Amino acid sequence: MSRLPTRRAVLMGATAAGASLLAGCDQLGQIPWFRRTLDAGEDASQFVQRLMLTQQTLAREFAEADISPWFKPNGTIDPVDEDYKALAAKNFEGFRLKVDGLVETPLDLSLDDLRRMPSRTQITRHDCVEGWSCIGKWTGAPLAALIERAKLKPEARYVVFHCADTMENADDGSPVRYYESVDLVDAVHPQTILAYEMNGEPLKVAHGAPLRLRVERQLGYKMAKYVMRIEAVASYADVGGGNGGYWEDNGYAWYAGI
Amino acid sequence: MVSTETSDEDAGPAGFRWVFRHPATIRISHWVNVVCLAVLLLSGLQIFNAHPALYWGEVSTFDAPLVSMTATEAEPPRGVTTVFGKSFDTTGVLGASNDADGERVGRGFPSWATLPGYQSLAEGRSWHFFFAWVFVLNGLVYLAYGLASGQLRRRLVPTGGQLRHIGASVIEHLSFRFPKGEEATRYNVLQKLTYLVVVLVLLPLQLLAGLALSPGFNAAAPFVLDLFGGRQSARTIHFVLANLLVLFVLVHVAMVVASGFWNNLRGMLTGWFRIERTPGDVA
Repeated sequence: MSRLPTRRAVLMGATAAGASLLAGCDQLGQIPWFRRTLDAGEDASQFVQRLMLTQQTLAREFAEADISPWFKPNGTIDPVDEDYKALAAKNFEGFRLKVDGLVETPLDLSLDDLRRMPSRTQITRHDCVEGWSCIGKWTGAPLAALIERAKLKPEARYVVFHCADTMENADDGSPVRYYESVDLVDAVHPQTILAYEMNGEPLKVAHGAPLRLRVERQLGYKMAKYVMRIEAVASYADVGGGNGGYWEDNGYAWYAGI
Repeated sequence: MVSTETSDEDAGPAGFRWVFRHPATIRISHWVNVVCLAVLLLSGLQIFNAHPALYWGEVSTFDAPLVSMTATEAEPPRGVTTVFGKSFDTTGVLGASNDADGERVGRGFPSWATLPGYQSLAEGRSWHFFFAWVFVLNGLVYLAYGLASGQLRRRLVPTGGQLRHIGASVIEHLSFRFPKGEEATRYNVLQKLTYLVVVLVLLPLQLLAGLALSPGFNAAAPFVLDLFGGRQSARTIHFVLANLLVLFVLVHVAMVVASGFWNNLRGMLTGWFRIERTPGDVA
């Protein structure tokens, strides 16, 4: 046994090896092909969840008593954009929601137009990618009804939500605004709504007034706030950074079901 | 009996013989699992750091967490860990610790305990979910092989005799007296029970608790959430189970070192394990 290293040497060696392994992992994570390989895990989750979920599988809905006394506002809570501030100052009277892109009938709707449509109210749990959860009551127009009115062209595959809030400025100084996208599976899901009310009151600015998307089987970052325009597209490759959403352009998975 | 093959050809004058102890499938799945659990732990702590607080029930009770790690406003910040309402100064380790540039910043677990070492929830999630899939597939291979070959039952299910002498085994284990000869070729009753609990209870439960954090999985299988008492409970249980698995690994490695590090390591790398001859051995 004398040729074998001592336990102390093994422990010290293991610690040093562990530290360099960790540093190595950090560098591995920066290599594009390795990162793409890692992302295969999230692709697999999407594939399996899509098999498990039918078009009608609903996220759990809760009772009034379950509503969180305080719902944590996250992401943008007070957009800096002047156009938005002007709208908010007038209680969103001049707000228009545009529905365009690959549709037969582009729409241009006021909040009252949306309120006059059939509505859906749901008390659901909101799960942030950071790990926390809150329960809130949401009332809004089902996206499926809007899509039906606008009539998607056959080549439309995704629905992109363009938002009013600027997240940062690009290198050329132009504003990078929040955006998100869902595919048609989630777009026509019964619980996918454009909410204008939260907990029985008009949606507050901190929570995305005047319109916020709810996609209840996914994480919070899919649920775009301050939605101004809905665009039907064949591919989101040409929108924003090309990954289907603001956070997706910053490394998060497009499918946020896990 | 775990040994399926023995070899006397290499038996030296010192009076030992070689036993083939671990089939290739079990050896490979063991080491794949080592990588998976290490990555899952470190990337899990990275994910935890995005919101370093734990709650009970369906939702987060932000003003009354079970556990939280926070940083003070001071410059540099001090780390404070609060557990069931009691606060501790954990500066340097939990709540606030040094980043890569040696500057003390607010973060739940320190840089050396997270993957990546820097703050990145998106990258932590990519690591976590990729290796979660590897862990699941590896576990399925292990279980399928273990059941089909009878290895799982032979290796891990205690015999009646072992269970009857459990008291003696506990004393033997606590006094670090390890079996020699034929008895060393199989796991003792404490090992068997521990491995059984880890393989059939802790690891599957950990997977299920992780899945219970997924809103998509919740919609598909709402009863799983009820099993844990809500999403935030599931997150807390996921964290506690991770700690129990760390405890298991620490004890496991300590016992491996104490009962003959190189012999055990060789056994899990090559399959061959060296045991001392005892008078009762058949040559």
